[in-house]
Amino acid sequence: MNAAELAEALERAVPGAVVAHADGIDMPTLTVTGEHLLAVCRELRDAHGRNFLSAVSAVDNLGYGEAVAGYYGTERGRDINLTGSWGAPVTAELPSTRFKVVYHLARVGDGPPDRVRVQVLLEDGDSVPSVVGVWPTADWHEREQYDLMGIEFTGHPNLRRLIMPSDWAGHPLRKDYPIGGEPVQFTDDV
Amino acid sequence: MSTAERAPAPVVPLYTPAQIPAGAPSKIDPPSGEDLITINFGPNHPSTHGVLRLIVTLDGEVVVGLDADIGYVHTGFEKNFEQKTYWKGIPFAPRMDYVAFFANELAYVGAVERLIGIEVPPRAQWIRTLFAELNRIHSHLIYLGTSGVELGAISLFFYCLRERDTVLDLFEMVTGVRMHDRYPQFGGVFEDLPKGFYAEARKFCKEMPKRIDEYLDLVEGNAIWRDRYRGIGTIDADTAIAMGLSGPNLRASGVPYDLRRVDPYLVYDQLQFDVITGENGDAFDRLMCRTKEMYESVKLIEQCLDSIPDGPVMADDRRYVLPPRNELHTSMESLIHHFKLVTEGFRPPAGELYYAVESPRGEFGCYLVSDGSPKPWRIHFRAPSFVSLQVTAMMAHRRYIADLIAIVGSLDGVMGEADR
Repeated sequence: MNAAELAEALERAVPGAVVAHADGIDMPTLTVTGEHLLAVCRELRDAHGRNFLSAVSAVDNLGYGEAVAGYYGTERGRDINLTGSWGAPVTAELPSTRFKVVYHLARVGDGPPDRVRVQVLLEDGDSVPSVVGVWPTADWHEREQYDLMGIEFTGHPNLRRLIMPSDWAGHPLRKDYPIGGEPVQFTDDV
Repeated sequence: MSTAERAPAPVVPLYTPAQIPAGAPSKIDPPSGEDLITINFGPNHPSTHGVLRLIVTLDGEVVVGLDADIGYVHTGFEKNFEQKTYWKGIPFAPRMDYVAFFANELAYVGAVERLIGIEVPPRAQWIRTLFAELNRIHSHLIYLGTSGVELGAISLFFYCLRERDTVLDLFEMVTGVRMHDRYPQFGGVFEDLPKGFYAEARKFCKEMPKRIDEYLDLVEGNAIWRDRYRGIGTIDADTAIAMGLSGPNLRASGVPYDLRRVDPYLVYDQLQFDVITGENGDAFDRLMCRTKEMYESVKLIEQCLDSIPDGPVMADDRRYVLPPRNELHTSMESLIHHFKLVTEGFRPPAGELYYAVESPRGEFGCYLVSDGSPKPWRIHFRAPSFVSLQVTAMMAHRRYIADLIAIVGSLDGVMGEADR
């Protein structure tokens, strides 16, 4: 089933949920609204057999198209990494929001996985509903993205830092997180 | 109420499937009670396969609460990848899961190759398959040995390491190093197989099934092993899928889901092998699945040795592929290509994709976002250990603390990969 058919089937079940769809390099990609995310996920799991959540990933698009990947310069610099100093321009379509949360779904059974990518676009400070109720495996995935990217998952039963120490400040995978020269954050009272 | 008057918490019978807890699925909230003790397992406990910390609440000897804390070997791999050009990411990838290093490289290299749309020559595909299976044997040997150590059986560990050394000798013969080889590259593999490799590999294939027979003798018929492993950590197929288990952990519950079979990559669609499944989904089945998978890996290696085609091992696309070393001394163009690729890197098209391989631990996925610049915009790895450690709590709930050790061992988590 390609992205258009899948989007059409979902539109019948959850009207207004799928705002964009594309076939993608590797799998159908559906962009859904945050408010309909849970309904879409349930529909994909129950009616379309996507019973397996491979991963939850979050992407920070701050500086996309302006700075070279990996670093959005702060006043501390690294001008050498600006796009212009590397020659060719970035040809990508600019993302419309700062963050997106991406869910990779698969069908686990005898047949091929028929993967589907579901994504939700977010601005800084937006939250997205937790899918722990749909796929319990999302527990740590969402905690990881909360920890490293600072995405708030509403309804998560145990949203705490997972990877970084519990008293860490900031979210390291954000593009505005300083890369070098920051004071080391460790406390003696463990 | 004092300890003496109070009945200890009952232990769940063997073969009881684990239930997903009502609150957070990866955590068992301890009940309230004054004679419960909460202890720290780890992060430096010798039997936790790395630095895993479990906060365990005990009622006598029985686990009644468990919360796992990971992140002790977090080294920011994903952030680091964003600072490196694509080429410089290759030696980085195998450091995540240092036991299944080759599978990590394959996932990263495969994702980038798919993004840039480069065609990998058949010979390189076959060589990669061969080494992926050698690496699977390596990983399962470490697993088998360490799971024995956790039960107090030290001798199997030495047997396993003996064979592991043979595997690493083969790696060394071809790549020059024993682990973290940086052998697969965008467009192929680093170098062709050296002289004498076939003979050594065939010798290994002849010897290895006998060794696995030995291990099975030691394990399968061993009363202590059976008593310690059977029936604990049971998980049924539906729960395993809901909890995202993959690889041998999922197949032990009877789900024949193997990416090599259902979504073939490399040349697995041209090879004959069985997908090993278990019945009960307990720790013993997981152990058996992995051990018997080694037979299949040997079969796959033999088939690879029989049918590796001749031809180049690197694609000839100088936009992405490093020129052969010998050309650097004679060709100015090659030197320029080399210089540009190493300093600036290549520019893949913008786009995103998810590429997954069957690592010895399960589905190892690489989600790659490119903005068209020479460095990945975002890279996220789906680490099977990270996912499978989530079920520790529900499996260990109301089991003895000795079973907890066996359960953590049977899930085969590698913390380097879980924390990244």
